[in-house]
Amino acid sequence: MGIIFPAAWPPLARQLLVMLGQCAAILAVINLTVMFLIWLERKVSAHMQSRLGPMYAGGWHGWAKSIADGIKLLVKQDIVPTGADPWVHRLAPVIAFVPAFACYAPLPFGRQLAAVNLDIGILYVFAISGLSVLGILMAGWGSGNKYSMLGGLRAAAQLVSYEVPRVLSVVPVLLWVGSQNLSLIVDTQRHFKWFLFYPNPLVGVIAFLVFFTASVAECNRTPFDIPEAESEIVAGFHTEYSGIKFAFFFLAEYAFVFLSAGLGAVLFLGGGDGVLLPSWVWFLFKTFLLVFVFMWVRWTFPRFRVDRLLAFSWKFLTPVSFANIVLAGLTLHWLS
Amino acid sequence: MLQQYAHVLLFVGLGTIFALGAFVLSFLLRERGHDPRTRVPYECGVEPVGTPRVRLNVRFYIFALLFVIFDVETLYIYPWAVVARPLGIAGFWEMVVFIAILFLALLYAWRKEAFRWE
Repeated sequence: MGIIFPAAWPPLARQLLVMLGQCAAILAVINLTVMFLIWLERKVSAHMQSRLGPMYAGGWHGWAKSIADGIKLLVKQDIVPTGADPWVHRLAPVIAFVPAFACYAPLPFGRQLAAVNLDIGILYVFAISGLSVLGILMAGWGSGNKYSMLGGLRAAAQLVSYEVPRVLSVVPVLLWVGSQNLSLIVDTQRHFKWFLFYPNPLVGVIAFLVFFTASVAECNRTPFDIPEAESEIVAGFHTEYSGIKFAFFFLAEYAFVFLSAGLGAVLFLGGGDGVLLPSWVWFLFKTFLLVFVFMWVRWTFPRFRVDRLLAFSWKFLTPVSFANIVLAGLTLHWLS
Repeated sequence: MLQQYAHVLLFVGLGTIFALGAFVLSFLLRERGHDPRTRVPYECGVEPVGTPRVRLNVRFYIFALLFVIFDVETLYIYPWAVVARPLGIAGFWEMVVFIAILFLALLYAWRKEAFRWE
């Protein structure tokens, strides 16, 4: 450390540099992970449909496909449709991506491995990730296209509907830890006291299933991909997006997939808890396992109809999470 | 404490710079098209009819309202969840009453067919 940060530097500047370094490291990790996830999604979907998927770019099983795609998107021409609101249209991908990145600040990538050890970790993640709805609405409104408009509105209705059960489903975890700090939540689950089955497996499993289902919906993925249902409304809110602007919507979507899987691992599967291997390896293992389930679900189930989709959230998931909170409270007081 | 939020702000700043930087890089590298037909909104190949800012279905507005109600209530449940243990059994029953009232609101919305989509 002495070589990179000479002792003569004022402490504030050193601190700022360390903080900036952490941000940059996480940004790099997210970008690499997203590229890997896109390749993985293509391979997983291909093998589930008895295809091979990308095989040529880079040689071994098309490993460089995402890099090739990135370069292609970077040099494609920029199209702003005639009826569009140009600045709303251009800013929408940025507004969608920045919250996705900022959500990673309190996520512990292992035991005590969070960039920012926020005391209100969970609330922060939910609050900031909710902001990405704005980007999607801006895209729908700013594109000057009826399909985009419809897609944007559907997305907003869906995202806010599933936000309620998703936020409610983690209340049992808060009850058992007594804190919203994500690193503390991981520490409380040490030695296999994972909240999925400890202290009450019934509450844990229900909470996890509600959280996971709502997360799939929050990421706009099949069976909840109504906002971009290609057979009905072309591509929904990103119909008019191409090139680098489209790339940022894609980046945001996969960043949210990884974030949701990571949160699932942290809240219910013990985060970095495990034996022998270092904690970050366990965290990544559990997260990628959940990401795989995300993909598995996507390529297995058909799409919901829009009315059933919203009814499922309000008439089933929300009452179930309310009941689960009461059950969790009973467990807490029965134990103490 | 304040430093933590400065760090969060740094995340937001770096994310924005990264996105805008990529846009600038793309601006420098990308191919430029001149065909005006590429700028026509894509509505399955036909010329768009009318304005894209169509009238919105009131359903979307109702869902947004419901969301605001239930999300604000959630904000009350979160602080309770954090201090539920010290509050003891009395605090638990108070929260049960609160959730029951919330649930009544949900049933009311259900009865009024707020979740129906026609």
